[in-house]
Amino acid sequence: MALLLKGGRVIDPEVGLDAVCDVLIRDGVIVEIGTDLKMAKGETVDCAEKIVLPGLVDVHTHLREPGQEYKETIASGTRAAAHGGFTAVCAMPNTDPVCDTGSKVRFIVERASDAGVVRVHPIGAVTKGQKGEGLAEIGDMLGEGAVAFSDDGHPIASAGMTRVAMDYLKGFGATLISHAEEAELSGGGVVNEGVVSTRLGLPGWPSAAEEVMVARDIRLAELTGCRLHLAHLSTARSVQLVREAKARGIAVTCEVTPHHLFLDEDGLLGYDTNLKMNPPLRTAEDRAALIEAVVDGTVDCIATDHAPHAPHEKELEFELAPFGTTGLETALSLVNTHLVATEKLSWADVARLMAHGPRAALGLPAVTLEAGITADITIVDPEARVEVTREWFYSNSCNSAFLGNKLLGKASDVLIGGYFALRNGKVVE
Amino acid sequence: MGYRVKAEVMDASAIDRALTRIAHEILESNKGADNIALAGILTRGAFVAQRLAERIKRIEGADVPVGSIDISFYRDDLATRINPEVHRTDIPFDVEGRDVILVDDVLYTGRTIRAAMDAIMDYGRPCSVQLAVLVDRGHRELPIRADYVGKNVPTSRRERVKVTVVEHDDADSAVILEQTEGDV
Amino acid sequence: MLSCKHIMTMDDLTPEDIVTILDTADSFKEVNERRIKKLPTLRGRTVVNLFLEPSTRTRTSFEIAAKRLSADGLNFTASASATVKGESLRDTAATLSAMACDLVVVRHKYAGAPQMLAECMDAHIVNGGDGVNQHPTQALLDLFTMREKLGHLEGLTVGIVGDICHSRVAGSLVPALRKVGARPIIIAPKMLMPARPDILGAEVAYSLDEVLPELDVAYMLRVQFERAAQMPFPSNREYARFYGMNAARLGSAKPGMIVMHPGPMNRGVEISSEVADSPRSHVLDQVNAGVAVRMAVMYLLLGGADSGAAA
Repeated sequence: MALLLKGGRVIDPEVGLDAVCDVLIRDGVIVEIGTDLKMAKGETVDCAEKIVLPGLVDVHTHLREPGQEYKETIASGTRAAAHGGFTAVCAMPNTDPVCDTGSKVRFIVERASDAGVVRVHPIGAVTKGQKGEGLAEIGDMLGEGAVAFSDDGHPIASAGMTRVAMDYLKGFGATLISHAEEAELSGGGVVNEGVVSTRLGLPGWPSAAEEVMVARDIRLAELTGCRLHLAHLSTARSVQLVREAKARGIAVTCEVTPHHLFLDEDGLLGYDTNLKMNPPLRTAEDRAALIEAVVDGTVDCIATDHAPHAPHEKELEFELAPFGTTGLETALSLVNTHLVATEKLSWADVARLMAHGPRAALGLPAVTLEAGITADITIVDPEARVEVTREWFYSNSCNSAFLGNKLLGKASDVLIGGYFALRNGKVVE
Repeated sequence: MGYRVKAEVMDASAIDRALTRIAHEILESNKGADNIALAGILTRGAFVAQRLAERIKRIEGADVPVGSIDISFYRDDLATRINPEVHRTDIPFDVEGRDVILVDDVLYTGRTIRAAMDAIMDYGRPCSVQLAVLVDRGHRELPIRADYVGKNVPTSRRERVKVTVVEHDDADSAVILEQTEGDV
Repeated sequence: MLSCKHIMTMDDLTPEDIVTILDTADSFKEVNERRIKKLPTLRGRTVVNLFLEPSTRTRTSFEIAAKRLSADGLNFTASASATVKGESLRDTAATLSAMACDLVVVRHKYAGAPQMLAECMDAHIVNGGDGVNQHPTQALLDLFTMREKLGHLEGLTVGIVGDICHSRVAGSLVPALRKVGARPIIIAPKMLMPARPDILGAEVAYSLDEVLPELDVAYMLRVQFERAAQMPFPSNREYARFYGMNAARLGSAKPGMIVMHPGPMNRGVEISSEVADSPRSHVLDQVNAGVAVRMAVMYLLLGGADSGAAA
């Protein structure tokens, strides 16, 4: 079976490509990229006015299965991912039960192949039950397909435990993903400590609680040589610490989320629980520093921290509601609206931040636009108009911090191994 | 809605004469000033009560206690209107066993008097409650009548009766106001 | 008539609203001195005290206020309510709304609960204290007491001393004082201060003795042992030494300075018994003012054509 992507602007900085041209795909693999390509038999997709990118990947997704299927399932979460333009997601292990053994990794891999519409890469827990006490069976999980390890949501309090985990992971060449939060400092905090915590009378979660852990983990990465990936950085000082670490040659990468890039605490006028995040929305200055770090290359990837929750959980008192926003379906549109359309970033930067950077951070096989490579491709209509409504989501949950936003640009098609997961903006069943 | 003066029903000297007459009537029907107390309904009733007390002192040489009542909290129309300016009720005498004379400027539907009676009862059990008004304009909605009246003035419901007193306004007078045509 | 439908935070009230409430409360205070302390004013109106956190004095004060105005008051307390059975606040609000209540006084452990209620019901909402956020009627009764004792509010220097960051009283009193032209100074060790005291509009002092001579009012806050994760200071003795009001400190204050406390007092910690029982202390006047102020708030919210839920 052949597929010809005709006349799109094909961009892949990894292979130095940015041209209006055609992409010919046969049996799920790219066979040729060039102008005026022809094929004897097959389907032609008109990509005029569209952007053709290497398939986007989200390295920070909560699929909630097993255990919390009322929030999201592998089936619904991967549909949301395809709708948002992703060809793959990395599933965080804080499910119920926690994904901390090989068999639990295998369950996710199998569920994803049965019910998923995009690729799913499981992330295993670092410690058993994410309790921060004893190492989980990391080697076993790697054998079953885990791609990285994290106690996301339950930061490892003990520096000693973190060091042991990093030493062990180093031997496998695997990445530790750190949720940087010093729990005794953030203790009970639900919004940024400062203006908003004072004005709304809510417990504060100070920037320092993130920064001391970023500093600790960078130093431990330096000590152990383990690859460290810092999740959802939210403060100016955090990205500065990463910038300095990179300059020293330490193997550290980091991600920021669209909500920390495009929202800040000034938006928290009332008690809208869809704006309750962990880490919390920070100040306008922090937000500006994060954008600067995205532009200057300090930040390796934009990741969604897609965190679906049911209405009955979010519609509680602010202090009782769970943290998080969904993000898979809005990330690309937000990046285009706020960074590409405003010319802060190019589409090549988007490929760096949402395709190559994240894969490199976790050591996933590269996905590029060149002959011989599996056709995992995201096609973007940069002029599409999107209004974020509850009905618009494929996700089981609609706890989006961006409800009501009017955005520009959207994935129109997603190809995975040459098959459409998303076609003309609709998920292919 | 606009109003204009239709007629002056009492001027300063008419009010003065009426007050003197009422003071005499009060003393006569209560057989002196010993057990009486005056309670003026805020705002203008309170000034009228003060003047009656002065008259009584002139006639009888006795000091009659005078209080003032704000009936805002006793109104039966709270759902539709609220008094923006509530004043302190001040009853500086023991109501128990007294002959209390309520004083107001105009008697109309009787609802204000009903409220004032409720208020007085909350201070104790008076021997009797009587009512003195400067103008009775008719149109009662409750079975209430005045014991002492300065002047009975027939009016229509569309008209208003306005009493002014020098202590609060610029002159003593009582006028009938009618609605101006164009603004109805 | 007030400019707002609800009283959830001090931000809901304009300076004119505050004066209206205090003036109206003055009339109600007279009622509370009568032999028959009852008015027919709110006959037929339903006032619900939704107290989802234990409280005796505030609940009692609102309850008496409602009863003295002849409103049908009912208490919906944490132990008796469905919330302990797992009903959400939204469902509780919807239930009360279906019963056509006119005014709901809410006390809740978490900030923002009044706003949540206001979103899902028609009734007037009065915040009876939400988390460590606000307690507006307490601030109003404090202003009432200060005005009554000192004759005016504008230009007063009011020192609020102690556990500011766990105090919903301070959360409302500071903005309330600002609105009436008084000068609030918050006085506490740093760990008992909120993160950004500057945005509250209060001056900040770490030493009580330094600012004591300037104060017209010393407002002693209760140390909330039950809220602090651990004892936030070395000992009660040391706290009392630096931040407690005692006879010696009274001696170096202005002769006319009054002492206030929202209660319940920790005698020997933030206030010595000697001071608490002295004529300079107006703790009981505050309690007394509380009933009048809450009557005024109910009267002003429920009276008039704008009263939404009345019809």
